[in-house]
Amino acid sequence: MMKRINPTAKKQKKNREILLVTWIFSLLFLSMAGYIAYYSVTHQQELINNSYNGRQKMLLAQNRRGKIYSADGEVLAHTIVDDEGEEKREYPYGNLFSHAVGYASNGRLGVEAQANYYLINSNAPLSEKASLDIRNEKYPGDDVYTTLDVKMQQVAGSALGVYDGAVLVTEPKTGKILAMVSRPDFDPGQIGEIWEELINDDESSVLLNRVTQGLYPPGSTFKIITALEYIRENPDTYQNYHYQCSGAITRGEDRIQCYHGSVHGSVDFTRSFAKSCNTSFANIGLSLDRKSFADTLDSLLFGQKLPVSFHYGISRVDVSEDILDGDMMQISIGQGTTSVTPLQLNMITCAIANEGTLMQPYLVDYVQNSAGGKVKEFLPVSHGRLMSQEEAGILKGLMTDVVEEGTASRLKGLSYTAAGKTGSAEYGTVKGDSHAWFTGFAPAQDPQVCVTIIIEGAGAGGDYAVPIAKRLFDAYFDAQ
Amino acid sequence: MELYVSEYSRYVMALLMVLYTYECFAVFRYGEEKRRGGIYTRQKLLMFAFHFSCFLVICFEKGDIVYLFFYAFQQIILFAAATLFAMLYPKINRLVVNNMCMLLSIGFIILTRLDMNKAIKQFIIVTGSLVIALVIPFFVHKFKFLKNLKWVYALVGCGALSIVMILGQTTYGSKLSYSIAGVTFQPSEFVKIIFVFFMASALYEASGFFEVFTTTVVAAAHVIVQVMAKDLGSALIFFMVFVLMVFVATRNYFYLFAGIAGGSGAAYIAYRVFRHVQVRVQAWLDPWSLIDSAGGYQITQSLFAISSGGWLGLGLCKGTPEAIPVVETDFIFSAIAEEMGIVCSICLIMICVSTFIMFMQIAAGLNDKFYQLTAFGIGVTYIFQVFLTIGGGTKFIPLTGVTLPLVSYGGSSVLTTLIMFSVIEGLHMIKQEEGAKARVVKRKRQETNYDETN
Repeated sequence: MMKRINPTAKKQKKNREILLVTWIFSLLFLSMAGYIAYYSVTHQQELINNSYNGRQKMLLAQNRRGKIYSADGEVLAHTIVDDEGEEKREYPYGNLFSHAVGYASNGRLGVEAQANYYLINSNAPLSEKASLDIRNEKYPGDDVYTTLDVKMQQVAGSALGVYDGAVLVTEPKTGKILAMVSRPDFDPGQIGEIWEELINDDESSVLLNRVTQGLYPPGSTFKIITALEYIRENPDTYQNYHYQCSGAITRGEDRIQCYHGSVHGSVDFTRSFAKSCNTSFANIGLSLDRKSFADTLDSLLFGQKLPVSFHYGISRVDVSEDILDGDMMQISIGQGTTSVTPLQLNMITCAIANEGTLMQPYLVDYVQNSAGGKVKEFLPVSHGRLMSQEEAGILKGLMTDVVEEGTASRLKGLSYTAAGKTGSAEYGTVKGDSHAWFTGFAPAQDPQVCVTIIIEGAGAGGDYAVPIAKRLFDAYFDAQ
Repeated sequence: MELYVSEYSRYVMALLMVLYTYECFAVFRYGEEKRRGGIYTRQKLLMFAFHFSCFLVICFEKGDIVYLFFYAFQQIILFAAATLFAMLYPKINRLVVNNMCMLLSIGFIILTRLDMNKAIKQFIIVTGSLVIALVIPFFVHKFKFLKNLKWVYALVGCGALSIVMILGQTTYGSKLSYSIAGVTFQPSEFVKIIFVFFMASALYEASGFFEVFTTTVVAAAHVIVQVMAKDLGSALIFFMVFVLMVFVATRNYFYLFAGIAGGSGAAYIAYRVFRHVQVRVQAWLDPWSLIDSAGGYQITQSLFAISSGGWLGLGLCKGTPEAIPVVETDFIFSAIAEEMGIVCSICLIMICVSTFIMFMQIAAGLNDKFYQLTAFGIGVTYIFQVFLTIGGGTKFIPLTGVTLPLVSYGGSSVLTTLIMFSVIEGLHMIKQEEGAKARVVKRKRQETNYDETN
C-alpha cells in the first residue's frame, strides 16, 4: 500500500508551488474577466455620451434620432426631414419644455441628454431595417416616453407668468416628475440661432435648469428641517416647547427679526411653525446639538450625490460643531450661506408625504422601438428612508397646520386638504427683496402629488407661491 | 440579406466561441492525451466554423470576394500546421496546438477587418514562423546540452538588450526595435525565451544563496536595461518570471515575498524617478481628466470601444475600433471586444488561461528539474504578458504597451510566441517519455513483486 501512495503524494508536494502560481493567475484572470464584463455593461451609456467618443456620430449616421413623448402620448420632440433632405429637431411645444426636454445640438440638455443613448440607438425589427436598407433610408431611433404631463406643465408655465423661477411637480409615491418648469426659458427648436446670444448673456443664465441646478436660500421652508432636528432631539417633550416672540432675538451682534416686523407673541412648537416665526426658530436653533444636526443634514442628502440620472446642483448647509451662534440662528431660518435646489426641497417634501421613504425622482418612464415593443422600462425605485414614519407623521401634521391656520391659508377650505410650508427667502443686500417659496403636497391624508415652487424676487411665499400651488393642485385633481 | 447575416452571425460566433472554450476546460477531466481525442476533433470543427463564419461576415460587409480567398489561404496554412505537428510529433499536446491555431485565426480575423495590408503581412510572417516552430520540438527533445549554456544565455540576453538601448538612445530613446534589411526586429521579445532558459539552467542543479544571487544580478541587468529603454511591459515580465522561477526552484516562500517587496519598492522608485512611469500611472488612475494627452486618449478610446460592443458586439466591420491609436498591437483586445462582444472576448481570455493551465500541468508532470523550470518559466512569461496587455487596455492595471501573444500584429511577437509554444511541445514529448519509462519501471517492479509473492 505505502509504495503506491507515496509517489503521488511526493509529486503533489513537489509541485505545490507550481499549483499555487497556477491558482493565483487563474483567479487573477477570473477577476479581470468579471471586471471587464461589469465595467463595459455599467458604463455603456455614460461612455457613448462622451464627446470624445466617435461612435455617437456613427450611430447618428445610421439611425434617425427617436421621438420624445409626454406620459399622455403627446410628441415633445421629433426629427423631421425638410425638402432638401436636411434633418431638423422640432419641439412642438416651443418654450414650454425647454429645460425638461432640452435640446440635442450645441451640446445636450434635459431628456435629450439623459436619454441620448436610447434615442440614437435603434431596436427596430430586422425586417423593417432590411426594407429601409433597400430604400437607403435611416433606421428609426428608439422613442422615449417621459413621465411629464402636458397639462400640468402648461398650468405650471402659465402660473409662473412673467416671473423667473422654478416649478416642480412630482408623485411622492412613485417619484415620477409630472412637470418641471424653469424660467427664463428659450425655444429649443431655435437653439442654433440663439446659441451665441444665450452663451454671451452672463446675467440671466437662461440655460440653467433652475429646478435641478438653481441654488437658492431656502428661507422659511428650511424650518421643516430645523423642526425635524428638534423633534429628533426632543421626541417626548417637543410639544411642551414655548416661546414669547417679541419680533426679534439678539445674540451678541446678531439680530434676527420676524418677517415684515410681525410680533407673534406667545407661541408653542406647532404655532411657531404655522406662523413661520423667525425669532422662535432662531431660539430653537440655538438649542440644537450641532453634531447631531450635521448628521440629520447628511441623512437628508445635503452636500451629497442625489439618486437621480440628470444633472443637479449640490445643496449645502454649513453646520459643524464650531460655528457661531449668529450663524446657527441664520441657518435655523434658512438664511445665511445655506443654498438649496428646488429639487432637493421637493425630495424632502416627498419623503414626508410618503411616510418617510424617498422614491427616486425620474423623468424617463420607458423606451419603445418603432414597432411598439418595450426596449427598457424604468420602474419606481425606493431610495430608502430619510426619516422615521413617526417623524414624517409629525411633520405632516405641522405642515397641515400651516394651511389650516398659518401662512398658507389660501389653500384652506378646498375639496382636498393640502399641507406645506411657505418661505420668503431674503437675498442680496437690499433688505426686503425676497424669493417666494412653497413646498407641499395634497391630499394630506393620502398624498398623491407634491409641488415645489420658487418665484424669484416676488415677495412673500404665502402671497405669490401658494396661489400657484393651488392652481397646480386644482388642475391635478380636476383631471382625476 | 447582409443585415440578417451580420445580425445573426453575432449569435453564431458567440455560441461557437463558448463551445470551443468549454472544450478547452473539458480536456482537464481526462488525465491522458489518448482519451481526449474526441474533444480535440470537436475543437477543430468549432474552430473551423468560427473562422469561416467570421470571414463570411467580413466578406459580406466589405462586399469583396477577395476576403474569402484570403480566408482559404489561412485555413490551409493553419490546417497544415496542425496536421504536420501531429504527424511529425505523435506525442505532442494537442490542446496547445489547437489553442495556438484558434488564437492565430482570431488574430487574422480582427487584423483583416482592421487593415488588410497588415493582415497579409502578418499572414506571411506567421507562415514563416510556423515553419521555424515545426523544428523546435525536435531540438528541445534531442539537444541535452541546452541545460549547460547558462552563461551563453546571460551574455546573449544582456548583449541584445544593450544594443537596443544604445541604438535607442541615438533615436531619442523611444525606439525598441531595429531593422535589418527591411525586416524589423524587437530583440526584447526573443530575449524573453533566452532569459527563461538562463534561469532554468542557473537554478536546476542547485538553488542555494549563491545561485539565487547570480540570477538576481543577471535578472536585474535585464530589467534595468528595459526600464531605461522605456519598455516597461518587458521589464515587468522579466521581473515576474525571475521572482516566480526562483520561488519554484527554491521552494522558499521567503524569496517570493522578498521578490514582491523588492519589486514594489523598485516600482515606487521608478515611479518617482522616471517621468514616463508617472505618465502611465496617472493615465490609469484618471484617464478622463487626461483625455487630451496621448496616454489618456489611448485608454479612453479603448474603454469606449470595449463598452460599446455589449455582450455580443457590434458585429465585424460595424464598429470604429480604428479610433484607438495602435489598435493592431497594444489594443487588439479592445477591437475584439467592440466588434465580437464581451462574450467572445471573455472566451478569448479563458482560452489563454486554459493554455496556461496546460503549460503548468506539463511543468508539474516533468521530473527533470531543468525542463520543469523551463516549462514553468515559459508559462509565466506567456500568461503575464496576456495579463499586462488585456489588463492595461481595460484600465484594470496601468498600461504597459505589450502585445497579445498570437493575436496582435507584429512579427517578433508572433515568432517568439510560436517558438515558446513549440518549446512546450518538445517538453511535453519529454514528459510523455518520462511517463512511459516510469510505467515500464513500475510494471517491472509489479512483476517482480508478483514473482516474489509467488
